[in-house]
Amino acid sequence: MSQLAPPLGAPVSPADSFGGPARVAPGSRALRDVIVLTRRNLVHVAREPLQLSDVLIQPVLFTLLFVYVIGGGVSVAGGSYKEFAVAGLLTLNLTTAAIGTAVGITTDLKTGAIDRFRALPIWRAAVLVGRSLSDLLAAALCMTMVVLTGLAIGWRPHASVLEFVAALAIPLLFAYALSWATACLGLVSDGPESAQGIGLVILFPVAFVSNAMVPTAGMPAFVRAIAEWNPVSAVTAATRDLLGNPNPSALSDAWPMQHPVAAALLWSVAILAVAAPLAVRLYRRRTTD
Amino acid sequence: MVQTIIEAEGLSKRYGETQALAGIDLSVPAGTILGVLGPNGAGKSTAVRILTTLARPTGGWARVAGHDVVTEAGEVRRRIGVTAQDATLDEALSGRQNLRMIAELSGLRRADGASRATELLDRFELAHAADRPVRGYSGGMRRRLDLAASLVANPPVLFLDEPTTGLDPTSRARMWEVIRELVERGTTLLLTTQYLEEADALADRIVVIDHGRIIANGAPSELKAAVGGTRLEVTLTGPHDGAVGALAPLVAGLVDVSSDGRQLRAAVPAGSGVATAVIRALDAVGAVVDDVAVHPPSLDDVFFALTGADSPAAGRQAAGAGPVAPPRLPSQASGTGPAATPDAVPAAHSDHLHGAL
Ligand SMILES: Nc1ncnc2c1ncn2[C@@H]1O[C@H](COP(=O)(O)OP(=O)(O)O)[C@@H](O)[C@H]1O
Ligand SMILES: [Mg+2]
Repeated sequence: MSQLAPPLGAPVSPADSFGGPARVAPGSRALRDVIVLTRRNLVHVAREPLQLSDVLIQPVLFTLLFVYVIGGGVSVAGGSYKEFAVAGLLTLNLTTAAIGTAVGITTDLKTGAIDRFRALPIWRAAVLVGRSLSDLLAAALCMTMVVLTGLAIGWRPHASVLEFVAALAIPLLFAYALSWATACLGLVSDGPESAQGIGLVILFPVAFVSNAMVPTAGMPAFVRAIAEWNPVSAVTAATRDLLGNPNPSALSDAWPMQHPVAAALLWSVAILAVAAPLAVRLYRRRTTD
Repeated sequence: MVQTIIEAEGLSKRYGETQALAGIDLSVPAGTILGVLGPNGAGKSTAVRILTTLARPTGGWARVAGHDVVTEAGEVRRRIGVTAQDATLDEALSGRQNLRMIAELSGLRRADGASRATELLDRFELAHAADRPVRGYSGGMRRRLDLAASLVANPPVLFLDEPTTGLDPTSRARMWEVIRELVERGTTLLLTTQYLEEADALADRIVVIDHGRIIANGAPSELKAAVGGTRLEVTLTGPHDGAVGALAPLVAGLVDVSSDGRQLRAAVPAGSGVATAVIRALDAVGAVVDDVAVHPPSLDDVFFALTGADSPAAGRQAAGAGPVAPPRLPSQASGTGPAATPDAVPAAHSDHLHGAL
């Protein structure tokens, strides 16, 4: 059927005027949808700064707790526990904070915000991409808090600017990939509370059964094998290497520990390649009734 | 030629065991208001969700502004505005931020979105709260903002799902004004409601739905004529044999008597002095009156007239029905006492009503 012209005197949808040659290219429309939705999430954060406790307070707390309480009993070959711990704290905090994406998405599903977006002519994945980007900014904030706390208590990187940037970019990429994985979790859970609950039950072991907070050398063989193949360990080892901080994992024979940068990148890309398309599919399923 | 902006045939939707919509046909000409009237659980929101591309029908088809809601959902979304039954506003954002966000997501340029937001905030008397988070808005303010949000892109077709449920009478009246204004500007509107009064005040045509089916379809005047206009309810101190006879000359149609003989219900011609006349007539036969109520017909009266049974809403109406929920009617006359008089049969049955509509 041909397109109906609105009756005389009827309001004309601006969308109709986009139907002509003036229409914004679909690609740039999608980009704009993503920017608008990312900004919306940031306004949320600004209005409810308590949401940021995961990325503002927890990093400081964990850093102090590990360095001054737990780290006292841990000996690290080639340096102090403090020097060892900061890279691990970066990965640890980013890993647990990734649950924020699941919580954000389930909250939007629950409040009907996503219903409102769905009735608008937007790029479908924009809701997910926008969420992942605002959470990436939250992750960067989390990282900044760990670095600042570390510097304040006397930790120092021994790296060139380029190495320092790479040392931060690797855990950030990993956090971004994890964020898509927790998005999948959010899209299959009933609500924010259950998403958070299940998410932490999964993410805490993943974060801790690793080289992040203690060297793997002292672990039982079986646990040690898991820890050395854990993506969190690869990311942490890569960060330690790039920062010039002690990295006892370098003594391990496991492939990821011998090639931590490559392993960290491979893990991140693999998680992203699986989780992002899966999240889009789950989103489609969740929002079709 | 008048265009049909919303059309549907055999539209149905099943959720597991629940047949939410059981095959409805719609045809809404451009620039008119269709009122979809029905109790809670009738299928109104399901119909709106399908027509606005949020749900897929399990049977039948629908086109909005010439586009199929399933295969051309994107085209439909460019041409519609929706106000869902439950507000979908962003609580953390201010009224202005909500409108600007929706404007940009609807394809307006940033500057245009900003000026459109300001214009709508003024028009909906929200300017004073424009930059406060929606969290602090009253129910009426939220509804107005929600409506404003669906108007941001100036859509030619608008869907409002129970826009006044839960609002106080003042907020309702304001909402009605805004809705009327919209249609003067040529917008085609589908509005759902649980209030006959509202459908009557706003709609050009009304469909009554129940259990996912259309049980009546006509102009408000036809529907009201079928229901019998103004309703009279009299409560006597005790049953009285002469009461029905005394009321007969004053009412239109039949008098319905409750099983205890104390409640009498009937349709009365609209006009002044009904209550006085009723009390005088009852007094003249010696019936003692506790209470007289004269009110416009409610959804319950519609259901009573259409099906001869109480509105299914009565049992299902739970929280959220709002301060203006239709009054519950007393149960049907049984065969005892004065109710056994030939006068006391159900006012109408659906068959002859379908003919009337
Ligand atoms: N998503 C859903 N899942 C299961 N049942 C649903 C769903 N949505 C609506 N229903 C059922 O469909 C019927 C019609 O609901 P609805 O369209 O919301 O009615 P109304 O808007 O008229 O109150 C109800 O029995 C309701 O419980
Ligand atoms: Mg509803």
